[in-house]
Amino acid sequence: MDGLDFDIAHLFAGSLVLVSFMMLYQDRLYALLNVFALHSIVLAFSVGWQAHIQDAPQLYITTAIAFVFKGIVIPVALHRIIQRLGIHREIETVIGIGPTMVLGIGFVALSLAVMLRVTAEADRLAREDVALALSVVLLGLLMMVTRRNAVSQVVGFMSTENGLILAATGAKGMPFVVEMSVAFSVLVAFVVIGIFLFRIRERFDTVDAQALDRFRRTQE
Amino acid sequence: MHDLAVQGGQLLLVLLMAPLLTGFVRKVKARLLQRQGASIIQPYRDLARLLQKDVVLADNASWLFRLAPYLIFAATWVAASLVPTFATSLLFNWTADLIAIAALLGSVRFFLALAGLDVGTSFGGIGSSREMMIASLAEPAILMIVFTLALVAKSTQLSTISEVMLSAHVGLRISLGLVLVGLIIVAIAENARIPVDNPATHLELTMVHEAMILEYSGRHLAVIELAASLKLLLYVSLIACIFVPWGLVGAEAGLGSAAYVVKLAVGGAMLALFETLTAKMRVFRVPVFLGAALMLGLLGTLLLFVSRGL
Amino acid sequence: MSATLILWCVGVLLAAAAIGTATARLAAARPIVYGTSLVASVVALAGALDGLLGAAPPSGATLPLGLPWLGAHFRVDPLAAFFLIVVNLGSAAASLYALGYGRHEPAPHRVLPFFPAFLAGMNLVVLADDAFTFLLSWEFMSLSSWALVMAHHRVRENVRAAYVYLIMASFGTLCLLLAFALLAGVDGAYGFEAMRTHQAGPTIAALVLTFALLGAGSKAGLVPLHVWLPLAHPAAPSHVSALMSGVMTKVAVYGFIRIVLDLLGTPEWGWSMVVLALGGITSVLGVLYALMQHDLKRLLAYHTVENIGIIFIGLGLAMAFQANQVTWAAALALTAALFHVFNHSLFKSLLFFGSGAVLTATGERDMEHLGGLIHRMPLTAFTFLVGCVAISALPPLNGFVSEWLTFQAILQSPDLPQWGLKILIPGVGALLALSAALAAACFVKAFGVTFLGRPRSPAAANAREVDRFSLVTMFAFAALCLLAGILPGLVIDGLAPVVRGLVGDRMPVQLAVPWLSIVPIAEARSSYNGLLIFLFISFSASLAVYAIHRFASRALRRAPPWDCGFPDARPITQYTAGSFAQPIRRVFGTTVFLAREHVEMAPPGDRRPARLTVELRDLVWETIYAPVAGTVDAIAGRLNILQFQTIRRYLSLVVAALIVLLLVLAIWL
Repeated sequence: MDGLDFDIAHLFAGSLVLVSFMMLYQDRLYALLNVFALHSIVLAFSVGWQAHIQDAPQLYITTAIAFVFKGIVIPVALHRIIQRLGIHREIETVIGIGPTMVLGIGFVALSLAVMLRVTAEADRLAREDVALALSVVLLGLLMMVTRRNAVSQVVGFMSTENGLILAATGAKGMPFVVEMSVAFSVLVAFVVIGIFLFRIRERFDTVDAQALDRFRRTQE
Repeated sequence: MHDLAVQGGQLLLVLLMAPLLTGFVRKVKARLLQRQGASIIQPYRDLARLLQKDVVLADNASWLFRLAPYLIFAATWVAASLVPTFATSLLFNWTADLIAIAALLGSVRFFLALAGLDVGTSFGGIGSSREMMIASLAEPAILMIVFTLALVAKSTQLSTISEVMLSAHVGLRISLGLVLVGLIIVAIAENARIPVDNPATHLELTMVHEAMILEYSGRHLAVIELAASLKLLLYVSLIACIFVPWGLVGAEAGLGSAAYVVKLAVGGAMLALFETLTAKMRVFRVPVFLGAALMLGLLGTLLLFVSRGL
Repeated sequence: MSATLILWCVGVLLAAAAIGTATARLAAARPIVYGTSLVASVVALAGALDGLLGAAPPSGATLPLGLPWLGAHFRVDPLAAFFLIVVNLGSAAASLYALGYGRHEPAPHRVLPFFPAFLAGMNLVVLADDAFTFLLSWEFMSLSSWALVMAHHRVRENVRAAYVYLIMASFGTLCLLLAFALLAGVDGAYGFEAMRTHQAGPTIAALVLTFALLGAGSKAGLVPLHVWLPLAHPAAPSHVSALMSGVMTKVAVYGFIRIVLDLLGTPEWGWSMVVLALGGITSVLGVLYALMQHDLKRLLAYHTVENIGIIFIGLGLAMAFQANQVTWAAALALTAALFHVFNHSLFKSLLFFGSGAVLTATGERDMEHLGGLIHRMPLTAFTFLVGCVAISALPPLNGFVSEWLTFQAILQSPDLPQWGLKILIPGVGALLALSAALAAACFVKAFGVTFLGRPRSPAAANAREVDRFSLVTMFAFAALCLLAGILPGLVIDGLAPVVRGLVGDRMPVQLAVPWLSIVPIAEARSSYNGLLIFLFISFSASLAVYAIHRFASRALRRAPPWDCGFPDARPITQYTAGSFAQPIRRVFGTTVFLAREHVEMAPPGDRRPARLTVELRDLVWETIYAPVAGTVDAIAGRLNILQFQTIRRYLSLVVAALIVLLLVLAIWL
């Protein structure tokens, strides 16, 4: 394995962990969405690089999905919807930012300690990818657990998913990776739509499109 | 003999270049703000002027207050002369490694904080207490950075670290990028630059370093200002020596010095640009800023464990 | 030879204790008792130095005391010799200091009898070569120090402190008793020789280590067993506080090293993780507690907890390396821990002597009533400053050397094969760095609020310098701090026989390194030269002073403070201890102590003053000790009915017990 190839893969995986930490300390919703977009773009680069060094052209589809769908479409859509529905834009945390970050570092250390010991005989690149992917998953879960705002919990869930995709692509020769990424994206889309339907119903007491239409016309 | 000449040359070089670097940073900041700005050699003129003035001491200032400027200057100068600037073959580079240099700067801060408390005014107390809070997070960050560098270079000697960073063995590592950002954050905090502290202010709400030296005047103030400039030079040299080590090892002194001057100029310009683009933080956001440096250091160490070679 | 010499010194100390009991109320008793202690300690120190640095093999002695078939065994091997040096150096200094300080003792008859007994007890613990003698001496040491803590028994908080101390000391002895019982095994071989050769199985070893950690750790002050330390250490007279913090905690560390590293052999690597984690948490918590204090002696006592944490970090590293057979790294870590033992005994004693001097001069321990003492007590201030710089681990003094060596040991951890250790040790390194930075903040506060600024009370404004004995002692220890910092190679080489005996390897010979640097592993990896750094700094400072005074202005005039143009001469406007610690309290205290600030401001027009209340909670006490105390109280309350029974009921209890025993016999036989 060429050193430079490994280094670049490590660079992307490490950047993904770093961006997960950046998501943990955001306290404004728009900034969080921007950082999530960055998270998905870094994931796209990482998967693209894996596609290049593993010689697996189907992974380029996953790259495209990550870049277009999760890096551009979802953040923009969420941005628009938050603006329209006037969702509360401050993110309250359950514990302070300091203890959250300390917990985050603890999770990363724990996942490294576990994964590196368990995969002692595996290929170096796969080990590194799986260990860092578990860190991203745990950090995403930490974000879901320590936030009170529904949108930030969804963003945490999506970043957990990004981590799972990283793990899947890192394990060389895993089948159905592309299908999995498509399935995950559909799942995410449904979750996001579900949350917003819930909010819409909360706000307007109905999700009936005609009633909403009437409401919109009376507003104009 | 060559090593002695290099060491002696560095001693004089850092002393002479420090005010020039400060003047350069101020000039670039002024130009970025569309002002003319004072001349680059104005800090030399300021020092000369201060040296000629009387010292006005508070009634209850003690011998510690009068001795502290010289101790602060001596410790900073010793630390600055042990960080390789234009060559790594310093005669005495084995007397202090990176940890010892960080601890020497800790001594500087200790005596500065005590001097702030000496006269018994509330401004001195504000400066000292805030400075020690900043220090309590900056020091672990620096030690984590040292730890990561020592893991890569297998040594804490600065000359060895520079040599290893120059070799091809290092490759492209994200941990080094994280450590670079962490070191820049710590350097900004230690040198009392925006966004942590404003070096040009005298408002109580915004002072940390300036509050501690508020009661100093005349030659004492000149010595302390020179020590502060030396500290800035030290940190820029440190970053250059570790992360931009070209021209440091094996080249002859002329090329090394030229490379060093270029590195100082680039570092100073980037500092001025960063200060112009950022606003000063509230005091209680500084721990979050420094905590980020500590986290980057820890993360850099952890990521090294999954990288190659370990 | 040295064992018999030191035993004779212990005998002299016990005789001094007897003299002290008999003649305590005479004025002449004080110089006799303290003078005898001083001479005995110095002679014992000489004997211990000979035992460590001399080439003679370890000497032993047996006295026909104690259990008839056992006798009392004493032995001076290099480990014992080193700790005897620490003990006797501290004892000699405390005796010398007390010759001056003891003049102001209000209750000499409660101190003089027990002081030499305390010294004797500490020496005996380190000398002991079998479990029975060890435990007997340990209890003797605890009881004599308890008596000293009770010296000023009219103060209520001293009584409570002594009570908590007694309970924790008994708990510690119980744990050590169990540890030794497990080590002695079924045969009951109480001699240390037998325990060393007898290999214990892994479960027994784990239990022994746990009990040793609990027992020795409670005496040393590991979190969460540290609660007695900040109560008891300040309550005793200052020279006794210096001994308790600086020396008795080291005797506890000796106990741990003796049991775990010597008698037990090499424990599993998993236990080193426990020791490392405890050490790291102890060091950070200790210094955070210290930062919140405004009583000078309590601050110093909490800070002892931090340094014990640092020592246990070093010991944990040594255990980790030893378990993985990396003996050169284990030697480095153990040298760092033992160097810190020596350093801490020096600078903590120095600081306690200084606080005793302040207490004598002003009658105050509370920093909020002090200030400006640097003008009234310049010599004490100077030595206290040296102590503060040393304890904050700043070059070129000695505190920095032991911290540097510990960091160098931490940097060797990536070579270990276990992932748990590889990842835990950098975390512990971060905690160590954090505690060092916080310690510097703590001592800027301690020195700055007590000695600098303006006097906050008439007592501080009228302070006078203390007597010559105290000053000589403090200057001697300050000089030792400097010497240990600029000539660390001597100390490291002196520790070599101890380290080799425990770990099987030693650090490279330091005296062979040019220019008296220290090189822990190899020149290319790292080195440090304290002497040159000290000379460079002195030279640069003198050069700066000379150049400026020669070529620039020398004029100086005094004026009121500038204070940004708003001068206020009242001392109440300057920073207090609480306000100095406020930023750090806001950053760390909200999580660790659940610190909350309440501001009550009167409405406009009302002329009442505003009030700021800070609420701190001791989570260790609330989560562990308060529930335990509550449970014990509840159970005792239930069982209390046994006190009030009729005679018939008591007789029935006796008969019931008899019947049960007969039943047991019937079933068993």
